[in-house]
Amino acid sequence: MRVTVKLFAIARQRLGTSELLLELPSGATAGTALDALSLQAPADAGPLLARCALAVNREYVSRQSVLHDGDEVAVIPPVSGG
Amino acid sequence: MRSWIDLTGQALDLEKVLDFIARPGEPSVGGVNCFLGITRGETSTTGSSLLALDYESYAEMATAHMHRLAEQAGQRWRILRLALLHRVGRVAVGEPSIVIAVATPHRAEAFDACRWLIDTLKAEVPIWKREVWADGPGDWVEGNPVKTQT
Repeated sequence: MRVTVKLFAIARQRLGTSELLLELPSGATAGTALDALSLQAPADAGPLLARCALAVNREYVSRQSVLHDGDEVAVIPPVSGG
Repeated sequence: MRSWIDLTGQALDLEKVLDFIARPGEPSVGGVNCFLGITRGETSTTGSSLLALDYESYAEMATAHMHRLAEQAGQRWRILRLALLHRVGRVAVGEPSIVIAVATPHRAEAFDACRWLIDTLKAEVPIWKREVWADGPGDWVEGNPVKTQT
């Protein structure tokens, strides 16, 4: 299956893109997507990605949340609104 | 509860917020509390001045989450009117980036709801800010990792 990954703020900057597509096996979880993303990322982005939360279709999810074809997975670095 | 929620690239119009929140014709309102978050001037270790903060958001999710926070506040406190507006884009030193205003029957609820809204927004809503210094772009402001159930 294929999911869209959206990256924001420092994660977008460190990975050099705001959006990419990931091809994942069926049964993949949000954590699987983050692991796949980490493999494509610069090695020093690992600690940052580990501190990011994940959202699927605009809802926060745990790493164990199962993905479906066409999902929008967002990588949410520590937030600093206000 | 009547609410006004917005994530906007425009300067926040505080008079409009006050008109909305303290409008006559709400006889049950006894207290209004308003919080403004303002870009604070800073001086760097190298002597440069902070000019502004650049705000970025995951707009669709941030807007939906702000609506959810308003609903949750409305379940916790008796709120008659609520305004929750956040700017994105460049916010110069001295300008507000956020305004939260709450009208309730009694003052304690207005203070409590306003405090809860700003604290929860800062912990959960996908918005980020980056420093803009007189001598060039700065760092992303160190944020709060969002806690999701594991």
